[in-house]
Amino acid sequence: MSSLNIAVLSGGISHEREVSLRSGRRVADALTSRGHNVTIIDPDASLFATLKNLKPDVVWPALHGSSGEDGAILDLLRAARFNYVGPSAAAARLAWSKPVAKTLVSRAGVRTAPSLTVAREAFRELGAGSVLELIASELGNHVVVKPASGGSAQGVSIVTKAEDLPRAMVDAFTYNDVALVEKFIAGTEVAVTVTDGPTGATALPAVEIVPLDGVYSFEARYNAGETTFFVPARVSEEVSAKISATAVAVHETLGLSQLSRIDLIVDEAGEAWFLEANSLPGLTETSSAPLAIEASGVELGQLYEALARAAVN
Amino acid sequence: MGEKIETGQGINLDPWFNHYASRSAGLSASEVRALFAVASRPEVVSLAGGMPYVRALPESLVNGALEKVMKDNGPMAMQYGSGQGVPALREQILEIMSLEGISASVDDVVVTTGSQQALDLVTKLFIDPGDVILAEAPSYVGAIGVFRSYQADVVHVLMDENGLIPEKLREAIAEVKASGRTIKFLYTIPNFHNPAGVTLSAERRPEILEICQSNGILILEDNPYGLLSFEEDVPPAIRSLNDDGVIYLGSFSKTLAPGFRVGWALAPHAIREKLVLAAEAAILCPSSFSQMVISEYLSQADWKGQIETFRGVYKERRDAMLEALEEHLPDLSWNVPNGGFYIWCSLPESLDSKAMLPRAVTELVAYTPGTAFFADGGGRQNLRLSFCYPTPENIKIGIRRLATVIRGELDLLADFAGTGSLTAAAGDDNVIAPPPDLS
Repeated sequence: MSSLNIAVLSGGISHEREVSLRSGRRVADALTSRGHNVTIIDPDASLFATLKNLKPDVVWPALHGSSGEDGAILDLLRAARFNYVGPSAAAARLAWSKPVAKTLVSRAGVRTAPSLTVAREAFRELGAGSVLELIASELGNHVVVKPASGGSAQGVSIVTKAEDLPRAMVDAFTYNDVALVEKFIAGTEVAVTVTDGPTGATALPAVEIVPLDGVYSFEARYNAGETTFFVPARVSEEVSAKISATAVAVHETLGLSQLSRIDLIVDEAGEAWFLEANSLPGLTETSSAPLAIEASGVELGQLYEALARAAVN
Repeated sequence: MGEKIETGQGINLDPWFNHYASRSAGLSASEVRALFAVASRPEVVSLAGGMPYVRALPESLVNGALEKVMKDNGPMAMQYGSGQGVPALREQILEIMSLEGISASVDDVVVTTGSQQALDLVTKLFIDPGDVILAEAPSYVGAIGVFRSYQADVVHVLMDENGLIPEKLREAIAEVKASGRTIKFLYTIPNFHNPAGVTLSAERRPEILEICQSNGILILEDNPYGLLSFEEDVPPAIRSLNDDGVIYLGSFSKTLAPGFRVGWALAPHAIREKLVLAAEAAILCPSSFSQMVISEYLSQADWKGQIETFRGVYKERRDAMLEALEEHLPDLSWNVPNGGFYIWCSLPESLDSKAMLPRAVTELVAYTPGTAFFADGGGRQNLRLSFCYPTPENIKIGIRRLATVIRGELDLLADFAGTGSLTAAAGDDNVIAPPPDLS
């Protein structure tokens, strides 16, 4: 088959720029090894002029964080009539908002942790003390506080004591004016990569994540060796099937396509709880999606090429 | 995915993870350092990094030197050279140091790959794990990184507007001695301190020297900014007062260009011997090419005039930053440096400069959190602003954005007032300064 001209977008000005640069380089290397002509572009004001000159067969947006996963650039790529690898902008937007994604998948029957979505204004209008009290009475003191959007665990805190909740809220609001507070679900953390193929969405082997210090923080994600992965996850066949079905259900409910990563917690009873969905998952050297792809018996370049060709068609 | 080891305990993406030396602890990616990646984008006004404004150096000055070196001595420039450095350049370094009152023998000058390498070599020579290094509070982040890598215990000594406080130095020495630990040297940046911006007064210099001499403590005097004064010249170097108890570090990074990677150490004779051997073990020799180009530049160009040009550029930028701070952030406190690259700001008590950084990145401005400049977790209420690289116009834009960031953070904290402690988690402050190539 003929080689493709592929533009890989990586970098940008989101908080996850560094992660995006790493993903972009890895994707470009894998596609180059398959004989394609790959150009890496750091999106800026000249992006669409550059793409117009380059005339790529397909664009691969390896962009994490805002303007990538929030769907903005995807919408513009579609409007400018470029083929791209990734979901529709609408699907990306749904996954980008953790509270929205959670509501949708919950309605579809997927387990989600009890939670409260709290805007920063609520603390101002209602008084922080009363809002914090309500959070504690509703969810208890063992909670996870996250900015309503964003990845790489930036701004995320695991709170175990009431006195730590105010600072955790402040840290989340430093990234975003809306925060999601979820009851902590104890269990095994797994990441499930989902790909679209001729027969529909397929879950790849689940990757079990065991950070050395117990928390899958930014540092645990991007320093090789600080997390141990088990592929496939150390669960029974029955639970494994349940995990896969849940991940595919989330992928389809949110309308994600081509490649996504669904993060779940498996509790002691073997039930899978939805954490979040990633419409443009990390593909760095320490990300879980490439591990899952390799464990499925497919070379990275082979899958990335298939996704690129599918986007062209 | 690269080579992986599949063990009974799962997949470890770094097969050598358990093999690293304990001194490598802290050499890891961090969330804060990742945020600095955004600072390299042109949309961001970076007040974080300390990059000299090399565009103020006419290319013709360097080109002339470069062409002459290649025409007259090309093979020598491309060959290995002396581990101690090119003799002609070492002679010229003596002339430069004489501007700050130093007289020395050319034999005691060791050229290094930037003064950063000299810092590394000196630390390697003197520090065993657990030895104490005294350093100003705050201190240069690059030095703290070196000290950590040799597992030194850094003890900070307070400064005021006149630099290191002699009484605080005495107290620190007494406390360390009482604890039974060994102090190997005092690391000090006496002129236009990085990051604090202050200069050690002429009156205090002999006193600091005397305190160290009487306690058997070597002084490591790091002076990259001394020639970049905006008003009166700096007082004579500490090294000018004593030949035996001071190692002096100098650099061409700020007075010429950092891309050459040429600095030097002036050390007492016995130490110099070991420095040369240590340097040869580390890198064989500093770049002959860079040294010869610099030597030619110093011979044929008006290098003192060029330093005047740099002074003018940086003074204009300092003034722009001070004016913008007065206009947009009058409630903050900061020092007024009379030279160098940096202004050190103190934030209102409730703010945490490290925790605030994501908001700054959102607003497209970057600074260096004060925690980068302390080995003991201090500096949360401080930040360093660099005025050396951005234009005066961009400095004003950057400070205006910073004011938005600070207002936003204060508003947020005000919403949570009375809910308990808002002190951020201690976290890991290792290696959180911006990489050196960030503007």
